[in-house]
Amino acid sequence: MCLAVPGQVKEIFEQGGTRMGRVNFGGITKEVCLAYLPDIVVGDYTIVHVGFAISKIDEESAQKTLQMFRDLGILEEELGVEPVAAPLSVSGP
Amino acid sequence: MKYLNEFRDGETAQKLFREIARVTTRPWAMMEVCGGQTHSIIRNGIDQLLPPGIELIHGPGCPVCVTPLEMIDKALAIASKPGIIFCSFGDMLRVPGSDKDLFRVKSEGGDVRIVYSPLDALKIARESPTRQVVFFGIGFETTAPANAMAISLAAKENLTNFSVLISHVLVPPAMEAIMRSPINRVQAFLAAGHVCSVMGYWQYPPLAERFQVPIVITGFEPLDVLDGIRRAVIQLESGRHEVENAYGRVVNFDGNKPAQQMLENVFEITDRTWRGIGMIPKSGWHLRPEYRNFDAEYKFEVRGIVTKESPLCRSGEVLQGAIKPNQCSSFGTVCTPRSPLGATMVSSEGACAAYYNYGRFIQVEDLATACPVK
Amino acid sequence: MSSQIDFSSWTCPLPLRDYPNIVLGHGGGGKLSAELVENLFLPAFRNPAIESLGDSAVLRVPPGRLAFSTDSYVVRPLFFPGGSIGDLAINGTVNDIAMSGAQPLYLSVAFIIEEGLPMATLGQIVDRMRIAANSAGVQIVTGDTKVVERGHCDGCFINTAGFGIIPEGREVGPALAKPGDAVIVSGTVGDHGMAVMSVREGLEFETIIQSDSAALNSLVEAIFTASNDIHVLRDPTRGGLASSLNEIAAQSKVGIALIEDQIPVKPDVQSACELLGMDPIYVANEGKLVAIVSHSSADSVLATMRRHPLGIDAAIIGTVISERPGLLSAKTKIGGTHVIPMQIGEQLPRIC
Repeated sequence: MCLAVPGQVKEIFEQGGTRMGRVNFGGITKEVCLAYLPDIVVGDYTIVHVGFAISKIDEESAQKTLQMFRDLGILEEELGVEPVAAPLSVSGP
Repeated sequence: MKYLNEFRDGETAQKLFREIARVTTRPWAMMEVCGGQTHSIIRNGIDQLLPPGIELIHGPGCPVCVTPLEMIDKALAIASKPGIIFCSFGDMLRVPGSDKDLFRVKSEGGDVRIVYSPLDALKIARESPTRQVVFFGIGFETTAPANAMAISLAAKENLTNFSVLISHVLVPPAMEAIMRSPINRVQAFLAAGHVCSVMGYWQYPPLAERFQVPIVITGFEPLDVLDGIRRAVIQLESGRHEVENAYGRVVNFDGNKPAQQMLENVFEITDRTWRGIGMIPKSGWHLRPEYRNFDAEYKFEVRGIVTKESPLCRSGEVLQGAIKPNQCSSFGTVCTPRSPLGATMVSSEGACAAYYNYGRFIQVEDLATACPVK
Repeated sequence: MSSQIDFSSWTCPLPLRDYPNIVLGHGGGGKLSAELVENLFLPAFRNPAIESLGDSAVLRVPPGRLAFSTDSYVVRPLFFPGGSIGDLAINGTVNDIAMSGAQPLYLSVAFIIEEGLPMATLGQIVDRMRIAANSAGVQIVTGDTKVVERGHCDGCFINTAGFGIIPEGREVGPALAKPGDAVIVSGTVGDHGMAVMSVREGLEFETIIQSDSAALNSLVEAIFTASNDIHVLRDPTRGGLASSLNEIAAQSKVGIALIEDQIPVKPDVQSACELLGMDPIYVANEGKLVAIVSHSSADSVLATMRRHPLGIDAAIIGTVISERPGLLSAKTKIGGTHVIPMQIGEQLPRIC
């Protein structure tokens, strides 16, 4: 469940007493409800599900994870290991 | 898209596959809870590339699949009433009730509209004050805050023409039910990352302890799923059973407090019957009595619903991970996305639909002579 | 109705301005109908055949195989970023004719209009049709107008039919793909469908995505200058690339293996699809074609397409194979393979 997509907050405004924003998802802009992230500011990244921002993206954590991926398997690369091949297979029972 | 594309990198995926292969010395079975994770696994062919011993059991985290049949039938009954504008997420349109689906209702004259957000349904209600607007509020904890806000706003504005048919289901009770089941084979969980972004993961340490299972909070992109699997294997190999957060960029221990507060204000816990699984106590939410005016179940007379599930449908066993979809004899024959017997064949991440759509009905021997699917 | 089309140069002609909205009489065959034809359709579609105003258009047609096609257009809303129902109505049928390798010549146009449609709206649609027909080099030689009561159609439905002649030596058809052939797409996929989606009630979003509606006949002619070894041409409209390729795979009794990474998608279209949980490979296109050509001619066809304004983003996206006949599959970015099935009905946005 829970298709939630990352986007960047471009604008914050009030609509009928509710905190709303304009969020940019890779070029597409949509109005999003920011009521659940009272501390989020323009420029922050957030995860949006059905028109609601539900979590601020911790950019430092994201970079750390990506760095961890980069560091993974450095030894294997130096040893020249073959990539995992994928036959068109079926997941057996 | 930033914070999306980086987590789909092919070369890094290859690295993660190698790493998983390196740390795996024994077979392990783990369950990815969320249907979105199932979708990602099957769509990207992740399970094809894992070491042979690692089995992914597809969990019941597809709200479309587990929405009780009775609730679907109530939705169909309400949507069929003249004058009602029935709003729903696209996912629900083809889910079969006892006798038809929302698409059929639409073709028979019902005003059924797809919306992206419950706020869109609220907007329709404001713009059509003489019509009753009903929103089908399904989903897990991820979607509940959105539905709660729509109801809260409707209450603030004293709208008399807006109501929601609520059918929320909760993840931790389902995980517990799975672990208690006599047919359970799950040794570790990849927990639903977006559910946890709302709820946090403070509910999981007691589960991990009671059932001695590692629980890794996992995201949805290929690298996130692979990293979740990697961490689960490492824990299993070393006999640990801890809660680990592999989706730190989105999830923290406490979760989203304002959202949880709203949930507390609007919903209360209830027993819920999961389609295909059965009744799981305290596994759902329904509206608090003070919001009764916005509760479509009370607002519309939908009595006398007699549900009728196909006797051939083995969705329940699939949802509990007891069988793989292609082990069901109706799979790909009587039951296809075009004519589904149960909900797991309808939702794009119901395990059966995912298997069907991404080719798992092709057995290896038939690859050379496979015929087009009808 | 949102649109980036500029109508400032079009004004409603007299005496049509007496009727700000279409009324039932405009479809009745009497004076009102005649006024509509004289003042709206004839000036837009000016040519000898239509001006004779006979019950049928009489045409002298060059010899050869005739490719004949019809399509009806019911798009909602009538105007969307980058296009309108009028553009689709002309380009769509021109393209269907061109996909047989034919050079489109003449079209018919039939309108079914809802009583109450603003005259200006009809005028704007017809103006778009004029522009599209001129651009494609085709003539609209006969037509019909009916008006139905309010509520009995969605504003305006249009049917166009048309034909063209296939030059000798061209053998193109959906059953002619051969193992080893290259699968080429003329540009980015999903633009049209997401442009329409962006203005659809309940799903709106702000975007620069425009419909790619265009007449492809000149691109088809360019392809044939590069090679005659063109086996299949298809414009992937409803159901997108996935549906067209599935159909071709079934009719040709071959498999088609794509490489997901090679399929061109505009970043904004990708983002919009991510947001709504849709897959660009299933989204409609109105100005793209798929060409399945012999392996040896692939590079020169590709180069030629890229020199044409409608083919600058053309790419080879896969191969025709003998295995798994009838099935379309793709290698994913991370190295797995999956089958791309025919979709059931319309692709729907999802939350899961």
